[in-house]
Amino acid sequence: MNSLIHARGLVKRFGDFTAVDGIDVDVRAGEAFGFLGPNGAGKSSTMRMIGCVSPPSGGELRILGMDPRRDGPAIRARLGVCPQLDNLDPELTVLENLVTYARFFGIPRRAARERAAELLDFVQLGERAGSKVDPLSGGMKRRLTIARAMINQPDLVLLDEPTTGLDPQARHLVWERLFRLKQQGVTLVLTTHYMDEAEQLCDRLVVMDGGRIVAEGSPRELIEAHSTREVVELRFPTDDQGTYAGKLEGIGERVEVLPDRVLLYVGDGDGALTEVHRRSLSPSSSLVRRSSLEDVFLRLTGRTLVD
Amino acid sequence: MLPRLLPALDGMARRSAAVAGRNVAALRTAYWLVLLGGLLEPVFYLFSIGVGVGALVGEIPLPGGRLVGYAEFVAPAMLASSAMSGALTETTFNFFGKMKFMRLYEGMLATPVRPIEIALGELSWAMLRGSLYSAAFLVIMVAMDLTTPLRALAAFPASVLVGFAFGALGMTVSTLIRGWQDFDMISAGMFVLFLFSGTFIPATAYPDVLRWIVEVTPLYRSVDLIRGISLGSLGFVQLLDVLYLLAMLVGGLFVAGRRMERLLCR
Ligand SMILES: Nc1ncnc2c1ncn2[C@@H]1O[C@H](COP(=O)(O)OP(=O)(O)OP(=O)(O)O)[C@@H](O)[C@H]1O
Ligand SMILES: [Mg+2]
Repeated sequence: MNSLIHARGLVKRFGDFTAVDGIDVDVRAGEAFGFLGPNGAGKSSTMRMIGCVSPPSGGELRILGMDPRRDGPAIRARLGVCPQLDNLDPELTVLENLVTYARFFGIPRRAARERAAELLDFVQLGERAGSKVDPLSGGMKRRLTIARAMINQPDLVLLDEPTTGLDPQARHLVWERLFRLKQQGVTLVLTTHYMDEAEQLCDRLVVMDGGRIVAEGSPRELIEAHSTREVVELRFPTDDQGTYAGKLEGIGERVEVLPDRVLLYVGDGDGALTEVHRRSLSPSSSLVRRSSLEDVFLRLTGRTLVD
Repeated sequence: MLPRLLPALDGMARRSAAVAGRNVAALRTAYWLVLLGGLLEPVFYLFSIGVGVGALVGEIPLPGGRLVGYAEFVAPAMLASSAMSGALTETTFNFFGKMKFMRLYEGMLATPVRPIEIALGELSWAMLRGSLYSAAFLVIMVAMDLTTPLRALAAFPASVLVGFAFGALGMTVSTLIRGWQDFDMISAGMFVLFLFSGTFIPATAYPDVLRWIVEVTPLYRSVDLIRGISLGSLGFVQLLDVLYLLAMLVGGLFVAGRRMERLLCR
Protein backbone atom coordinates (compact mmCIF):
# COMPACT_ATOMS: atom_id res chain seq x y z
CA MET A 1 0.00 0.00 0.00
CA ASN A 2 1.46 3.28 -1.12
CA SER A 3 -0.95 5.71 0.51
CA LEU A 4 0.29 7.75 3.43
CA ILE A 5 -3.33 8.45 4.28
CA HIS A 6 -6.00 5.92 3.54
CA ALA A 7 -9.57 6.64 4.62
CA ARG A 8 -12.77 4.80 3.76
CA GLY A 9 -16.16 5.93 5.00
CA LEU A 10 -14.46 8.06 7.65
CA VAL A 11 -16.95 9.62 10.07
CA LYS A 12 -16.65 12.14 12.90
CA ARG A 13 -19.59 12.84 15.16
CA PHE A 14 -19.90 15.32 17.99
CA GLY A 15 -22.93 14.12 19.92
CA ASP A 16 -25.78 14.00 17.43
CA PHE A 17 -23.98 16.22 14.99
CA THR A 18 -22.06 14.64 12.13
CA ALA A 19 -19.11 16.84 11.19
CA VAL A 20 -17.49 14.40 8.77
CA ASP A 21 -19.94 12.20 6.98
CA GLY A 22 -18.22 9.21 5.42
CA ILE A 23 -15.32 10.41 3.29
CA ASP A 24 -12.85 8.40 1.19
CA VAL A 25 -9.36 9.82 0.84
CA ASP A 26 -6.01 8.54 -0.41
CA VAL A 27 -2.86 10.64 -0.22
CA ARG A 28 0.29 9.36 -1.89
CA ALA A 29 3.87 10.05 -0.92
CA GLY A 30 5.29 13.25 -2.34
CA GLU A 31 2.04 14.88 -3.33
CA ALA A 32 0.46 18.07 -2.09
CA PHE A 33 -3.13 17.28 -1.25
CA GLY A 34 -5.82 19.79 -0.36
CA PHE A 35 -9.17 19.91 1.38
CA LEU A 36 -11.06 22.86 -0.03
CA GLY A 37 -14.30 23.87 1.62
CA PRO A 38 -16.24 26.65 3.36
CA ASN A 39 -16.53 27.23 7.12
CA GLY A 40 -17.88 24.21 8.92
CA ALA A 41 -17.24 21.81 6.03
CA GLY A 42 -15.43 19.42 8.36
CA LYS A 43 -11.87 20.16 7.23
CA SER A 44 -10.36 20.63 10.68
CA SER A 45 -12.26 17.67 12.08
CA THR A 46 -10.75 15.55 9.31
CA MET A 47 -7.27 16.94 9.89
CA ARG A 48 -7.47 16.24 13.61
CA MET A 49 -8.40 12.63 12.93
CA ILE A 50 -5.48 12.33 10.53
CA GLY A 51 -3.24 13.93 13.15
CA CYS A 52 -4.31 11.22 15.63
CA VAL A 53 -5.59 13.68 18.22
CA SER A 54 -9.25 12.99 17.61
CA PRO A 55 -10.56 9.43 17.45
CA PRO A 56 -12.72 8.64 14.40
CA SER A 57 -16.37 7.88 15.15
CA GLY A 58 -16.60 5.40 12.30
CA GLY A 59 -15.04 4.08 9.12
CA GLU A 60 -11.53 3.02 8.30
CA LEU A 61 -8.44 5.16 8.70
CA ARG A 62 -4.80 4.27 8.23
CA ILE A 63 -1.97 6.78 8.48
CA LEU A 64 1.51 5.77 7.26
CA GLY A 65 0.17 2.22 7.15
CA MET A 66 -0.73 2.25 10.86
CA ASP A 67 -3.91 2.40 12.89
CA PRO A 68 -4.40 5.75 14.70
CA ARG A 69 -6.40 4.11 17.46
CA ARG A 70 -3.54 1.80 18.37
CA ASP A 71 -0.36 3.44 17.11
CA GLY A 72 -1.11 7.11 17.78
CA PRO A 73 2.29 8.01 19.32
CA ALA A 74 4.24 6.12 16.62
CA ILE A 75 2.29 7.89 13.87
CA ARG A 76 2.55 11.32 15.48
CA ALA A 77 6.31 10.83 15.74
CA ARG A 78 6.40 11.05 11.94
CA LEU A 79 3.85 13.84 11.42
CA GLY A 80 4.30 17.59 11.36
CA VAL A 81 1.21 19.51 12.40
CA CYS A 82 0.33 23.14 11.87
CA PRO A 83 -3.08 23.60 13.53
CA GLN A 84 -5.67 26.13 12.45
CA LEU A 85 -5.05 28.27 15.53
CA ASP A 86 -1.43 28.78 16.52
CA ASN A 87 -0.68 27.18 19.86
CA LEU A 88 2.86 28.39 20.32
CA ASP A 89 4.20 28.62 23.85
CA PRO A 90 3.85 32.26 24.99
CA GLU A 91 6.27 31.82 27.88
CA LEU A 92 9.15 30.74 25.66
CA THR A 93 11.23 32.52 23.06
CA VAL A 94 11.05 31.74 19.37
CA LEU A 95 14.09 29.47 19.52
CA GLU A 96 13.01 27.80 22.76
CA ASN A 97 9.66 27.02 21.19
CA LEU A 98 11.39 24.88 18.61
CA VAL A 99 13.95 23.29 20.91
CA THR A 100 11.38 22.36 23.55
CA TYR A 101 9.11 20.93 20.90
CA ALA A 102 11.95 18.83 19.53
CA ARG A 103 12.39 17.29 22.97
CA PHE A 104 8.83 15.94 22.80
CA PHE A 105 10.01 13.86 19.84
CA GLY A 106 13.00 12.63 21.79
CA ILE A 107 15.47 14.62 19.68
CA PRO A 108 18.68 15.22 21.67
CA ARG A 109 19.18 18.79 22.82
CA ARG A 110 22.23 19.53 20.71
CA ALA A 111 20.64 18.20 17.51
CA ALA A 112 17.49 20.10 18.40
CA ARG A 113 19.39 23.38 18.65
CA GLU A 114 21.04 22.89 15.28
CA ARG A 115 17.83 21.93 13.57
CA ALA A 116 15.93 24.79 15.20
CA ALA A 117 18.47 27.31 13.97
CA GLU A 118 18.27 25.92 10.43
CA LEU A 119 14.50 26.01 10.46
CA LEU A 120 14.40 29.57 11.75
CA ASP A 121 16.55 30.60 8.85
CA PHE A 122 14.31 28.64 6.50
CA VAL A 123 11.22 30.55 7.65
CA GLN A 124 13.21 33.79 7.82
CA LEU A 125 12.91 34.27 11.55
CA GLY A 126 16.60 33.84 12.37
CA GLU A 127 16.79 37.42 13.61
CA ARG A 128 13.91 36.92 16.03
CA ALA A 129 15.29 33.79 17.69
CA GLY A 130 15.52 35.43 21.12
CA SER A 131 12.20 37.26 20.99
CA LYS A 132 9.08 36.14 22.82
CA VAL A 133 6.21 34.87 20.70
CA ASP A 134 3.55 37.45 21.52
CA PRO A 135 5.13 40.46 19.78
CA LEU A 136 5.43 38.53 16.50
CA SER A 137 3.05 39.40 13.67
CA GLY A 138 0.42 36.91 12.55
CA GLY A 139 2.50 35.91 9.56
CA MET A 140 5.60 35.38 11.67
CA LYS A 141 3.70 33.21 14.13
CA ARG A 142 2.38 31.17 11.26
CA ARG A 143 5.85 30.68 9.86
CA LEU A 144 7.12 29.71 13.30
CA THR A 145 4.34 27.16 13.63
CA ILE A 146 5.31 25.76 10.23
CA ALA A 147 8.95 25.58 11.33
CA ARG A 148 7.85 23.81 14.50
CA ALA A 149 5.94 21.29 12.39
CA MET A 150 9.17 20.49 10.53
CA ILE A 151 11.32 19.92 13.62
CA ASN A 152 11.08 16.12 13.49
CA GLN A 153 11.70 15.91 9.72
CA PRO A 154 8.20 14.54 9.22
CA ASP A 155 7.10 12.23 6.43
CA LEU A 156 3.76 13.96 6.29
CA VAL A 157 2.94 17.59 7.09
CA LEU A 158 -0.61 18.65 7.99
CA LEU A 159 -1.41 22.32 7.53
CA ASP A 160 -4.83 23.54 8.64
CA GLU A 161 -5.52 26.83 6.87
CA PRO A 162 -1.88 27.90 6.76
CA THR A 163 -2.57 31.43 5.53
CA THR A 164 -6.01 32.38 6.83
CA GLY A 165 -5.95 35.83 8.36
CA LEU A 166 -2.64 36.87 6.80
CA ASP A 167 -2.17 39.87 4.56
CA PRO A 168 -1.31 39.16 0.90
CA GLN A 169 2.41 39.69 1.35
CA ALA A 170 2.62 37.37 4.34
CA ARG A 171 0.57 34.78 2.48
CA HIS A 172 2.92 34.79 -0.46
CA LEU A 173 5.88 34.27 1.80
CA VAL A 174 4.20 31.26 3.41
CA TRP A 175 3.23 29.86 0.01
CA GLU A 176 6.74 30.22 -1.20
CA ARG A 177 8.13 28.34 1.80
CA LEU A 178 5.52 25.59 1.43
CA PHE A 179 6.34 25.33 -2.24
CA ARG A 180 9.96 24.72 -1.35
CA LEU A 181 9.01 21.97 1.07
CA LYS A 182 7.00 20.41 -1.69
CA GLN A 183 10.00 20.55 -4.00
CA GLN A 184 12.06 18.82 -1.33
CA GLY A 185 9.63 15.93 -1.62
CA VAL A 186 7.71 16.51 1.62
CA THR A 187 4.14 15.27 1.46
CA LEU A 188 1.79 18.13 2.28
CA VAL A 189 -1.84 17.95 3.27
CA LEU A 190 -3.55 21.28 3.66
CA THR A 191 -6.98 22.73 4.15
CA THR A 192 -8.06 26.06 2.84
CA HIS A 193 -11.00 28.10 1.80
CA TYR A 194 -8.97 30.09 -0.66
CA MET A 195 -9.18 28.73 -4.14
CA ASP A 196 -6.01 30.52 -5.19
CA GLU A 197 -4.15 28.76 -2.39
CA ALA A 198 -5.49 25.41 -3.53
CA GLU A 199 -4.57 26.18 -7.14
CA GLN A 200 -1.09 27.32 -6.22
CA LEU A 201 -0.11 24.51 -3.91
CA CYS A 202 -2.19 21.41 -4.51
CA ASP A 203 -1.50 18.65 -6.99
CA ARG A 204 -4.79 17.11 -6.09
CA LEU A 205 -7.67 18.16 -3.93
CA VAL A 206 -11.10 17.29 -2.71
CA VAL A 207 -13.91 19.78 -2.40
CA MET A 208 -15.75 19.35 0.92
CA ASP A 209 -19.14 20.63 1.88
CA GLY A 210 -21.29 19.69 4.84
CA GLY A 211 -18.95 16.88 5.90
CA ARG A 212 -18.94 15.20 2.50
CA ILE A 213 -16.61 15.17 -0.46
CA VAL A 214 -18.41 16.60 -3.48
CA ALA A 215 -15.59 16.42 -6.04
CA GLU A 216 -12.03 15.25 -6.41
CA GLY A 217 -9.19 15.82 -8.86
CA SER A 218 -6.37 18.16 -9.80
CA PRO A 219 -7.34 21.84 -9.94
CA ARG A 220 -7.23 21.61 -13.75
CA GLU A 221 -9.35 18.48 -13.90
CA LEU A 222 -11.92 19.94 -11.55
CA ILE A 223 -12.22 23.11 -13.58
CA GLU A 224 -12.51 21.20 -16.83
CA ALA A 225 -15.09 18.83 -15.41
CA HIS A 226 -17.28 21.34 -13.61
CA SER A 227 -16.90 24.69 -15.31
CA THR A 228 -16.44 26.34 -18.67
CA ARG A 229 -13.18 27.75 -19.98
CA GLU A 230 -14.02 31.38 -19.30
CA VAL A 231 -16.31 33.43 -17.13
CA VAL A 232 -17.80 36.86 -17.78
CA GLU A 233 -18.56 38.83 -14.63
CA LEU A 234 -21.17 41.53 -15.07
CA ARG A 235 -22.42 44.13 -12.60
CA PHE A 236 -25.65 45.90 -13.37
CA PRO A 237 -26.71 49.21 -11.84
CA THR A 238 -29.59 47.72 -9.86
CA ASP A 239 -30.29 46.27 -6.46
CA ASP A 240 -31.53 43.00 -7.88
CA GLN A 241 -29.06 41.51 -10.30
CA GLY A 242 -31.54 38.65 -10.83
CA THR A 243 -33.77 40.72 -13.09
CA TYR A 244 -31.10 40.41 -15.77
CA ALA A 245 -30.83 36.64 -15.64
CA GLY A 246 -33.58 36.10 -18.17
CA LYS A 247 -32.20 38.64 -20.60
CA LEU A 248 -28.82 36.87 -20.58
CA GLU A 249 -30.34 33.47 -21.30
CA GLY A 250 -28.63 31.49 -24.05
CA ILE A 251 -25.42 33.50 -24.24
CA GLY A 252 -23.31 30.86 -22.45
CA GLU A 253 -23.76 27.47 -20.92
CA ARG A 254 -24.96 28.81 -17.61
CA VAL A 255 -25.94 32.00 -15.81
CA GLU A 256 -25.21 32.36 -12.08
CA VAL A 257 -26.71 35.24 -10.11
CA LEU A 258 -24.82 36.46 -7.05
CA PRO A 259 -25.96 39.28 -4.74
CA ASP A 260 -23.59 41.78 -6.32
CA ARG A 261 -22.96 40.39 -9.82
CA VAL A 262 -23.96 37.97 -12.54
CA LEU A 263 -21.62 35.28 -13.84
CA LEU A 264 -21.83 33.97 -17.39
CA TYR A 265 -20.16 30.62 -17.97
CA VAL A 266 -18.93 30.56 -21.56
CA GLY A 267 -16.25 29.13 -23.83
CA ASP A 268 -15.33 32.46 -25.35
CA GLY A 269 -15.55 35.44 -23.01
CA ASP A 270 -15.01 38.26 -25.47
CA GLY A 271 -17.58 36.81 -27.89
CA ALA A 272 -20.09 36.58 -25.04
CA LEU A 273 -19.45 40.17 -23.99
CA THR A 274 -20.10 41.35 -27.54
CA GLU A 275 -23.40 39.49 -27.44
CA VAL A 276 -24.31 41.16 -24.13
CA HIS A 277 -23.81 44.59 -25.67
CA ARG A 278 -25.67 43.53 -28.87
CA ARG A 279 -28.70 42.80 -26.67
CA SER A 280 -28.29 46.43 -25.49
CA LEU A 281 -27.79 45.40 -21.87
CA SER A 282 -25.40 47.86 -20.33
CA PRO A 283 -23.57 46.55 -17.26
CA SER A 284 -21.76 49.16 -15.16
CA SER A 285 -18.73 46.94 -15.19
CA SER A 286 -17.64 43.78 -16.93
CA LEU A 287 -14.70 41.42 -16.65
CA VAL A 288 -13.61 38.36 -18.62
CA ARG A 289 -11.54 35.80 -16.71
CA ARG A 290 -10.61 32.14 -16.69
CA SER A 291 -12.63 29.70 -14.65
CA SER A 292 -11.27 28.98 -11.21
CA LEU A 293 -11.98 26.59 -8.38
CA GLU A 294 -14.33 29.19 -6.97
CA ASP A 295 -16.57 28.54 -9.96
CA VAL A 296 -16.28 24.80 -9.44
CA PHE A 297 -17.36 25.26 -5.87
CA LEU A 298 -20.25 27.49 -6.81
CA ARG A 299 -21.38 24.94 -9.34
CA LEU A 300 -21.15 22.02 -6.96
CA THR A 301 -22.71 23.58 -3.88
CA GLY A 302 -24.58 26.62 -5.08
CA ARG A 303 -22.60 28.73 -2.63
CA THR A 304 -19.48 30.84 -2.71
CA LEU A 305 -16.42 29.71 -0.76
CA VAL A 306 -15.62 32.86 1.14
CA ASP A 307 -18.67 34.64 2.47
CA MET B 1 6.60 -9.08 28.32
CA LEU B 2 9.49 -7.38 30.08
CA PRO B 3 11.60 -6.67 26.96
CA ARG B 4 8.59 -4.83 25.54
CA LEU B 5 7.55 -3.12 28.73
CA LEU B 6 10.95 -1.63 29.53
CA PRO B 7 11.38 0.44 26.34
CA ALA B 8 7.77 1.56 26.72
CA LEU B 9 8.43 2.77 30.25
CA ASP B 10 11.67 4.36 29.15
CA GLY B 11 9.89 6.27 26.39
CA MET B 12 7.22 7.34 28.85
CA ALA B 13 9.83 8.60 31.31
CA ARG B 14 11.69 10.51 28.60
CA ARG B 15 8.57 12.17 27.28
CA SER B 16 7.40 13.08 30.79
CA ALA B 17 10.84 14.55 31.41
CA ALA B 18 10.53 16.60 28.23
CA VAL B 19 7.23 17.98 29.51
CA ALA B 20 8.86 18.91 32.80
CA GLY B 21 11.80 20.34 30.84
CA ARG B 22 9.48 22.78 29.16
CA ASN B 23 8.86 24.36 32.55
CA VAL B 24 12.55 24.67 33.23
CA ALA B 25 12.91 26.55 29.92
CA ALA B 26 10.03 28.82 30.95
CA LEU B 27 11.65 29.74 34.29
CA ARG B 28 12.04 33.47 34.58
CA THR B 29 13.26 35.78 37.29
CA ALA B 30 9.73 36.56 38.46
CA TYR B 31 9.28 32.92 39.29
CA TRP B 32 11.95 33.08 41.95
CA LEU B 33 9.81 35.53 43.87
CA VAL B 34 6.89 33.12 43.79
CA LEU B 35 9.28 30.42 44.94
CA LEU B 36 10.49 32.50 47.84
CA GLY B 37 6.92 33.31 48.88
CA GLY B 38 6.02 29.64 49.03
CA LEU B 39 9.09 28.99 51.12
CA LEU B 40 8.41 31.71 53.66
CA GLU B 41 4.75 31.00 54.29
CA PRO B 42 5.16 27.89 56.48
CA VAL B 43 8.09 29.52 58.25
CA PHE B 44 5.88 32.48 59.21
CA TYR B 45 3.19 30.14 60.51
CA LEU B 46 5.77 28.20 62.45
CA PHE B 47 7.08 31.31 64.16
CA SER B 48 3.78 33.07 64.79
CA ILE B 49 1.76 30.07 65.91
CA GLY B 50 4.24 27.36 66.77
CA VAL B 51 6.56 29.60 68.72
CA GLY B 52 4.27 32.53 69.55
CA VAL B 53 1.06 30.73 70.51
CA GLY B 54 3.16 27.81 71.70
CA ALA B 55 4.52 29.97 74.50
CA LEU B 56 0.96 30.22 75.86
CA VAL B 57 -0.04 26.63 75.19
CA GLY B 58 2.98 24.94 76.64
CA GLU B 59 3.19 21.19 76.09
CA ILE B 60 0.74 19.01 74.29
CA PRO B 61 0.07 15.27 74.74
CA LEU B 62 0.49 12.80 71.85
CA PRO B 63 -2.01 9.91 71.53
CA GLY B 64 0.51 7.68 73.33
CA GLY B 65 0.54 10.09 76.25
CA ARG B 66 3.97 11.53 75.58
CA LEU B 67 4.25 15.29 76.02
CA VAL B 68 5.91 17.42 73.33
CA GLY B 69 6.53 21.14 72.91
CA TYR B 70 3.88 22.97 70.87
CA ALA B 71 6.32 24.07 68.16
CA GLU B 72 7.48 20.48 67.80
CA PHE B 73 3.86 19.47 67.41
CA VAL B 74 2.97 22.12 64.86
CA ALA B 75 6.11 22.09 62.68
CA PRO B 76 5.49 18.74 60.92
CA ALA B 77 1.92 19.86 60.20
CA MET B 78 3.23 23.06 58.60
CA LEU B 79 5.52 20.93 56.48
CA ALA B 80 2.65 18.72 55.34
CA SER B 81 0.37 21.70 54.62
CA SER B 82 2.99 23.52 52.65
CA ALA B 83 3.66 20.36 50.61
CA MET B 84 -0.07 20.25 49.98
CA SER B 85 -0.57 23.87 49.05
CA GLY B 86 2.57 24.00 46.88
CA ALA B 87 1.44 20.95 44.94
CA LEU B 88 -2.16 22.12 44.63
CA THR B 89 -1.22 25.60 43.44
CA GLU B 90 1.04 24.25 40.75
CA THR B 91 -1.40 21.61 39.58
CA THR B 92 -4.58 23.65 39.69
CA PHE B 93 -3.87 27.31 38.83
CA ASN B 94 -0.90 26.66 36.59
CA PHE B 95 -2.08 23.43 35.02
CA PHE B 96 -5.55 24.79 34.32
CA GLY B 97 -4.13 27.96 32.76
CA LYS B 98 -1.86 25.99 30.49
CA MET B 99 -4.64 23.70 29.43
CA LYS B 100 -7.38 26.26 28.86
CA PHE B 101 -5.69 29.54 28.06
CA MET B 102 -2.28 28.86 26.62
CA ARG B 103 -3.57 25.78 24.81
CA LEU B 104 -0.15 24.43 25.48
CA TYR B 105 -1.14 20.81 25.75
CA GLU B 106 -2.81 20.81 22.35
CA GLY B 107 0.58 21.44 20.84
CA MET B 108 2.19 18.73 22.95
CA LEU B 109 -0.46 16.19 22.06
CA ALA B 110 0.33 16.54 18.36
CA THR B 111 3.70 14.95 19.18
CA PRO B 112 4.25 11.41 20.53
CA VAL B 113 3.53 12.74 24.03
CA ARG B 114 0.41 11.19 25.58
CA PRO B 115 -1.98 12.80 28.09
CA ILE B 116 -0.77 10.64 30.97
CA GLU B 117 2.80 11.70 30.18
CA ILE B 118 1.81 15.35 30.33
CA ALA B 119 0.20 14.69 33.70
CA LEU B 120 3.27 12.86 34.95
CA GLY B 121 5.65 15.51 33.62
CA GLU B 122 3.72 18.40 35.13
CA LEU B 123 3.42 16.56 38.41
CA SER B 124 7.14 15.85 38.56
CA TRP B 125 7.82 19.50 37.95
CA ALA B 126 5.44 20.57 40.68
CA MET B 127 7.19 18.14 42.99
CA LEU B 128 10.60 19.49 42.21
CA ARG B 129 9.47 22.82 43.55
CA GLY B 130 7.61 21.27 46.48
CA SER B 131 10.63 19.18 47.43
CA LEU B 132 12.76 22.26 47.53
CA TYR B 133 10.35 23.84 50.03
CA SER B 134 10.24 20.72 52.12
CA ALA B 135 14.01 20.35 52.27
CA ALA B 136 14.44 23.97 53.31
CA PHE B 137 11.77 23.70 55.97
CA LEU B 138 13.30 20.51 57.37
CA VAL B 139 16.63 22.26 57.67
CA ILE B 140 14.92 24.97 59.70
CA MET B 141 13.25 22.37 61.89
CA VAL B 142 16.58 20.73 62.64
CA ALA B 143 18.19 24.10 63.30
CA MET B 144 15.43 24.93 65.81
CA ASP B 145 15.85 21.54 67.41
CA LEU B 146 12.29 20.51 66.57
CA THR B 147 13.48 17.18 65.20
CA THR B 148 16.72 15.25 64.75
CA PRO B 149 18.73 15.27 61.48
CA LEU B 150 18.08 11.56 60.95
CA ARG B 151 14.34 11.98 61.36
CA ALA B 152 14.39 14.97 59.06
CA LEU B 153 16.10 12.83 56.44
CA ALA B 154 13.33 10.26 56.77
CA ALA B 155 10.61 12.91 56.74
CA PHE B 156 11.86 14.28 53.41
CA PRO B 157 10.66 11.42 51.17
CA ALA B 158 7.42 11.39 53.14
CA SER B 159 6.80 15.05 52.38
CA VAL B 160 7.61 14.42 48.71
CA LEU B 161 5.02 11.67 48.71
CA VAL B 162 2.51 14.06 50.26
CA GLY B 163 3.24 16.54 47.48
CA PHE B 164 2.87 13.91 44.76
CA ALA B 165 -0.42 12.70 46.15
CA PHE B 166 -1.92 16.21 46.39
CA GLY B 167 -0.50 17.11 42.99
CA ALA B 168 -2.26 14.16 41.38
CA LEU B 169 -5.46 15.15 43.16
CA GLY B 170 -5.05 18.76 41.99
CA MET B 171 -4.69 17.64 38.39
CA THR B 172 -7.85 15.64 38.54
CA VAL B 173 -9.62 18.62 40.07
CA SER B 174 -8.41 20.99 37.37
CA THR B 175 -9.76 18.72 34.64
CA LEU B 176 -13.14 19.03 36.34
CA ILE B 177 -13.41 22.75 37.02
CA ARG B 178 -15.17 25.07 34.63
CA GLY B 179 -13.51 28.40 35.19
CA TRP B 180 -11.59 30.70 37.48
CA GLN B 181 -14.60 31.13 39.78
CA ASP B 182 -14.09 27.55 40.97
CA PHE B 183 -10.67 28.41 42.28
CA ASP B 184 -12.22 30.23 45.23
CA MET B 185 -13.70 26.90 46.22
CA ILE B 186 -10.34 25.19 45.95
CA SER B 187 -8.70 27.86 48.09
CA ALA B 188 -11.47 27.62 50.63
CA GLY B 189 -11.21 23.85 50.68
CA MET B 190 -7.48 24.05 51.19
CA PHE B 191 -7.90 26.47 54.08
CA VAL B 192 -10.44 24.28 55.80
CA LEU B 193 -8.11 21.31 55.50
CA PHE B 194 -5.29 23.46 56.80
CA LEU B 195 -7.25 24.42 59.92
CA PHE B 196 -8.86 21.10 60.78
CA SER B 197 -6.39 18.35 59.97
CA GLY B 198 -4.90 17.93 63.39
CA THR B 199 -2.62 20.76 62.43
CA PHE B 200 -2.94 22.99 65.47
CA ILE B 201 -4.62 20.67 67.95
CA PRO B 202 -4.73 16.87 68.11
CA ALA B 203 -7.76 15.37 66.38
CA THR B 204 -8.58 13.61 69.63
CA ALA B 205 -9.75 17.00 70.92
CA TYR B 206 -12.69 16.97 68.49
CA PRO B 207 -16.09 15.34 69.16
CA ASP B 208 -16.16 11.77 67.83
CA VAL B 209 -18.10 12.33 64.57
CA LEU B 210 -15.97 15.27 63.56
CA ARG B 211 -12.86 13.36 64.48
CA TRP B 212 -13.80 10.51 62.17
CA ILE B 213 -14.37 12.92 59.30
CA VAL B 214 -11.08 14.65 59.97
CA GLU B 215 -9.19 11.40 60.11
CA VAL B 216 -10.15 10.31 56.59
CA THR B 217 -9.06 13.58 54.96
CA PRO B 218 -5.81 13.47 53.02
CA LEU B 219 -4.09 16.27 54.90
CA TYR B 220 -4.76 14.59 58.23
CA ARG B 221 -3.11 11.41 56.90
CA SER B 222 -0.17 13.46 55.68
CA VAL B 223 0.25 15.29 58.98
CA ASP B 224 -0.02 12.01 60.82
CA LEU B 225 2.72 10.47 58.67
CA ILE B 226 5.17 13.33 58.90
CA ARG B 227 4.51 14.00 62.56
CA GLY B 228 5.04 10.33 63.29
CA ILE B 229 8.43 10.49 61.64
CA SER B 230 9.61 13.83 62.98
CA LEU B 231 8.62 13.01 66.56
CA GLY B 232 9.86 9.44 66.28
CA SER B 233 6.50 7.95 67.22
CA LEU B 234 6.04 5.60 64.27
CA GLY B 235 3.43 2.88 64.28
CA PHE B 236 1.32 0.65 62.07
CA VAL B 237 -0.97 3.56 61.27
CA GLN B 238 1.84 5.35 59.40
CA LEU B 239 1.99 2.43 56.97
CA LEU B 240 -1.69 3.04 56.38
CA ASP B 241 -0.92 6.72 55.72
CA VAL B 242 1.65 5.76 53.09
CA LEU B 243 -0.78 3.41 51.34
CA TYR B 244 -3.48 6.06 51.46
CA LEU B 245 -1.20 8.61 49.81
CA LEU B 246 0.09 6.13 47.22
CA ALA B 247 -3.48 5.25 46.25
CA MET B 248 -4.28 8.94 45.93
CA LEU B 249 -1.25 9.43 43.67
CA VAL B 250 -1.95 6.53 41.34
CA GLY B 251 -5.69 7.12 41.24
CA GLY B 252 -5.29 10.85 40.67
CA LEU B 253 -2.82 10.43 37.86
CA PHE B 254 -4.92 7.82 36.15
CA VAL B 255 -8.12 9.86 36.31
CA ALA B 256 -6.33 13.06 35.27
CA GLY B 257 -4.82 11.34 32.22
CA ARG B 258 -8.21 9.97 31.24
CA ARG B 259 -9.98 13.27 31.74
CA MET B 260 -7.37 15.16 29.75
CA GLU B 261 -7.77 12.75 26.90
CA ARG B 262 -11.51 13.31 26.95
CA LEU B 263 -11.12 17.08 27.11
CA LEU B 264 -8.36 17.54 24.56
CA CYS B 265 -8.67 14.61 22.15
CA ARG B 266 -12.23 15.07 21.00
N1 LIG C 1 -15.33 19.77 19.44
C1 LIG C 1 -16.47 19.98 18.78
N2 LIG C 1 -17.66 19.82 19.38
C2 LIG C 1 -18.82 20.02 18.72
N3 LIG C 1 -18.90 20.39 17.43
C3 LIG C 1 -17.75 20.57 16.77
C4 LIG C 1 -16.47 20.37 17.40
N4 LIG C 1 -15.51 20.63 16.48
C5 LIG C 1 -16.14 20.95 15.35
N5 LIG C 1 -17.49 20.92 15.51
C6 LIG C 1 -18.48 21.21 14.48
O1 LIG C 1 -18.21 20.41 13.35
C7 LIG C 1 -18.42 21.14 12.16
C8 LIG C 1 -17.17 21.07 11.31
O2 LIG C 1 -16.15 21.79 11.98
P1 LIG C 1 -14.70 21.91 11.39
O3 LIG C 1 -13.93 22.70 12.37
O4 LIG C 1 -14.21 20.56 11.04
O5 LIG C 1 -14.95 22.73 10.07
P2 LIG C 1 -13.90 23.43 9.12
O6 LIG C 1 -14.16 22.93 7.75
O7 LIG C 1 -12.55 23.27 9.64
O8 LIG C 1 -14.35 24.94 9.21
P3 LIG C 1 -13.47 26.29 9.26
O9 LIG C 1 -13.21 26.68 7.85
O10 LIG C 1 -14.38 27.26 9.94
O11 LIG C 1 -12.24 26.00 10.05
C9 LIG C 1 -18.78 22.56 12.57
O12 LIG C 1 -20.17 22.70 12.44
C10 LIG C 1 -18.38 22.64 14.01
O13 LIG C 1 -19.24 23.47 14.73
MG1 LIG D 1 -11.12 24.49 10.33
